Amino acid sequence: MKGWTSRDLRGLVVGLAYLAPSLLLFAAFVFIPLAQTIYLSFFNTRATGVITTFAGLDHYVELLTSEIFHTGLLATAIFALYTVPIGIALGLVLAVLLNQRLRAINVFRTMMSSTIAISAAVGALIWLLLFNPSLGLLDYMLSLIGIQGPAWLIQPTTAIIAVSITTIWLTLGTNIIVLLSGLQSVPEEIYEAARLDGARGLRMFTRITVPMVSPSLFFLFVVDTVAVLQAFTQIHVMTRGGPVDATRVLVYSIYQDAFQNFQFGFASAQAVILLLLVMGLTLIQFRFVERRVHYQ
Amino acid sequence: MKLGTLAKYALLVVASIIVAFPLLVALSYSFMSESEIATFPPPVFPAQPSLDNYSQVFATIPIVRYLLNSFVVSTAVVVGQLITASLAAYAFSFLVFRGRQVLFFLFLSTLMIPWEATIIPNYMTIRTIGWLDTYQGLAVPFMATAFGTFLLRQAFLQIPRELWDAARIDGASTFRFLISTVIPLSRPALGTIAIYGFLSTYNQYFWPLLITNQPLMRTTQVGIAQLRFEETLRWGLVMAGVIMVAIPTLALLVVGQRQLIRGLTAGAVKG
Repeated sequence: MKGWTSRDLRGLVVGLAYLAPSLLLFAAFVFIPLAQTIYLSFFNTRATGVITTFAGLDHYVELLTSEIFHTGLLATAIFALYTVPIGIALGLVLAVLLNQRLRAINVFRTMMSSTIAISAAVGALIWLLLFNPSLGLLDYMLSLIGIQGPAWLIQPTTAIIAVSITTIWLTLGTNIIVLLSGLQSVPEEIYEAARLDGARGLRMFTRITVPMVSPSLFFLFVVDTVAVLQAFTQIHVMTRGGPVDATRVLVYSIYQDAFQNFQFGFASAQAVILLLLVMGLTLIQFRFVERRVHYQ
Repeated sequence: MKLGTLAKYALLVVASIIVAFPLLVALSYSFMSESEIATFPPPVFPAQPSLDNYSQVFATIPIVRYLLNSFVVSTAVVVGQLITASLAAYAFSFLVFRGRQVLFFLFLSTLMIPWEATIIPNYMTIRTIGWLDTYQGLAVPFMATAFGTFLLRQAFLQIPRELWDAARIDGASTFRFLISTVIPLSRPALGTIAIYGFLSTYNQYFWPLLITNQPLMRTTQVGIAQLRFEETLRWGLVMAGVIMVAIPTLALLVVGQRQLIRGLTAGAVKG
């Protein structure tokens, strides 16, 4: 290596020694598998996973033309659209409600952020009960306010809504905690100044609160969208991708094609798509962070 | 109490009940008999609360074994993450060497790679080395953490350099300084990583579903979800299982809320 003194080398060796445990694990379970996924996406395999023939771009071409994959992407997009904006808006309203100086406010904060500790499997099982047509708890409550509840998980259009509601509930705890800490970092003087200028209620909310927590909102937008892209558990427990593939989102499609249809090459091509989507979103987040730090 | 304050409390109570409603339903239904659950209109509270469903959980699935599996795996992941992240964060904060920046970016890049995108080769690796249905198969892939390393690096950077200089003059080795000074001073950050690691491992579903087939190697999440696919779905039983599985994490939330919030907001506040 050019320009490296023996001291440089010794420093590097010591540094690498401390990094070695992490680096070895990352190599074995992140970097090499990543390369293998990309590699596999260009090949056909046997059901055991053994590579048979070179497929070139076949799997990607199939993705472009496959109806079922398009349905899946559409389902993923609808899922994200239903889940992310509503989840963040709800989180913001509740965070504002929780951002008050009241006695015992911490009890309410803990209660409302409790879903952060609830696993997707547990949440999905509970909501499965709530959506259950024959027990009809949710539909019964809706009927009390004069709404005829749908057959949630049986119809394609409502099944994705049911999964979205479950997901909104599961992410609500995180959204509340992040937004509450965002609200708490807004200096009190800013509210004071706005109040002196006559800002109240909704005006205060849209002109002062929302812009001041916009970094948290943006952070959640990325994190929640990435989480939706990775969602698997609630789908597996609640709908198994159905009815008629209405909830066969990207990761569920990878799961089915790889581990039920044993088309590892085709599934890997979908995994590459997932990777590109998540990387894109994360890079936007990183760029944004850089810019903020720069201007501060 | 002023009327405005009273209204605020009323609003908070209503909102809390709505948010916690699914959990309250699960709790309530776990004490109901199947025949009571099937009545119409749907009951809200059990007429004769009974613990039958809980004893039925023990009779239907090896729940104790599931809990044990989850605890063993989650604890192993936490211990592994604390060790690997401490060592790596130390290199990224106290040691100065050429190539550090590049390696740091390498760590950073793992945050962009979703686990699901690498799950196919990872499954094949675990199968090839014979780790299906083992604790090491469930735990080892998650023992390194880029997120934990960053969090810990931030904490390490707060430690005064004078301590480092003094230790050097005293002739303490690099490793000794990490063990005797840096780690004890970073307990809050280590606590955050521990709680995070435990919670996320305990709540995992996809990976344990994939690599465990033997009933006795299942973790809690996969184990209770199986109740849904029993021939006769008994909701009281499922809800009792759900409560039993959720209690450890809810307890952890109460105990470690501060640490958890610190971890969650680290990303948001930093940018």
